[in-house]
Amino acid sequence: MIVVKNVNKSFDGEPILKDISTTFEAGITNLIIGRSGSGKTVLVKSILGLYEIDSGEIWYNDRNLVDMHHRDRKIMRQEIGMVFQGGALFDSLSVAANVRFPLDMFTNMSLKEKMKRVDFCLDHVNIEPNAYRLSPSEISGGMQKRVAIARAISLNPKYLFCDEPNSGLDPETSTVIDQLIQSLTKEFNMTTIINTHDMNSVIEIGESVLFISRGEVAWQGTNKEILNSGNQKLNDFIFANKLYAQMKKAEEEAKK
Amino acid sequence: MMLKRVFAKPEKHKLYIRQLFLELDSLGVNSVWIVIIISIFIGGIMTIQFSYSMSNPIYPTTLIGLGTRDTLILEFSSTMMALILAGKIGSNITSEIGTMRVTEQIDSLEIMGVNSASYLILPKIIAVVFIFPFLFIVSVFFGLLGGLVTGPVTGVITADQFIEGIQWLFVPYYVTFSIIKTFFFGFLVASVPAYFGYHVQGGALDVGKASTQAVVNTNILILLFDLILTQLLLT
Repeated sequence: MIVVKNVNKSFDGEPILKDISTTFEAGITNLIIGRSGSGKTVLVKSILGLYEIDSGEIWYNDRNLVDMHHRDRKIMRQEIGMVFQGGALFDSLSVAANVRFPLDMFTNMSLKEKMKRVDFCLDHVNIEPNAYRLSPSEISGGMQKRVAIARAISLNPKYLFCDEPNSGLDPETSTVIDQLIQSLTKEFNMTTIINTHDMNSVIEIGESVLFISRGEVAWQGTNKEILNSGNQKLNDFIFANKLYAQMKKAEEEAKK
Repeated sequence: MMLKRVFAKPEKHKLYIRQLFLELDSLGVNSVWIVIIISIFIGGIMTIQFSYSMSNPIYPTTLIGLGTRDTLILEFSSTMMALILAGKIGSNITSEIGTMRVTEQIDSLEIMGVNSASYLILPKIIAVVFIFPFLFIVSVFFGLLGGLVTGPVTGVITADQFIEGIQWLFVPYYVTFSIIKTFFFGFLVASVPAYFGYHVQGGALDVGKASTQAVVNTNILILLFDLILTQLLLT
């Protein structure tokens, strides 16, 4: 579980995050949504400790990130898996070597044990063994995301962060990635935080949804509540997509 | 600040050593051919030019070999070669690290808890500092070979006269002085471009700009250090 308490962050005197407080539960997919420039990436990077916050607290279970020594933060980061927007796979390494990298760096496992773990992780994201030797540039965008997920879970993390995991993917592949993240979250009981503005993901896997607007928490709920939230800012965001506007209209007409 | 992180204790020595061997191959061994080709041509060209400058019969022909040898040892194979390699190796380092920065690969290392500055830069610095003295020796050897071949072929000097010239008034300290310089130049050629690559912000265009800036700044620093080291060690 990650608890964020009264977090404020500004850049050059301009406040970006304003008194953000929320809880991200373990075992469910927690989504952060909002328009571009709303502050959701800054929030995620602040939770990860990549940005130092101005005030507030960020608790990883019983450890406050803000008070942590640099050395302890480094150790704690081994409990974090991260899937970046572009995958961020290492170009110079093969698919299998990318997944093995955290194991090489932070464990004393034998080569056989490491390869077994690599197999396990890649199998979980449905990557066939014949792709193990390929380099990231030789595989599709969807496969790159799945390899990135495999790498993120290789150290069996307690916390999984995903930044726009569906960016650049077709709707079908996006659904596969969403379902994969959700199933892994449940299987390993991870605290998963997904930064997205993909409404399909929100409806599909948004077990907990945090809507950020202009650096503030504007709404929090679930995917079941989101279409009928009554929150104007949230509605403006959701129904900018004509498909959801039509869905809402159809739902209202059906009620009549 | 960056150098402090670069020289921090590595997370896992084994991985750093593996990375060091990859860099020795990629940055060092892959530079040998360009060093050989340039040195052969420059050695030959210098031999011809010295022979024209010393066409007056009062100059002994041995001066041609001596001039070629000392120019190669004192300036060309150390400083000029460092300037050339700043273009080849420096732009390679900046673009590699810069691309890793803009594609979030460096952020990915940091989030894993890896000291990205150390993991990416330290093996490069060690590899280049280690390989530069060898490239200097290779350059001097092939530069002299270029002179030895070009002199007789163009008819400006015989092979015996050239060999006699390169043995005449040889000062071993010149080699020591130049090898000392190559350690400094190797450090600059790896660290300055790494700094520019590591701090790139933006996209592919910015990586290109950083690469150019890195090479220009490395060249200026090499010349500045050449001046300082020459003043300190040779006068």
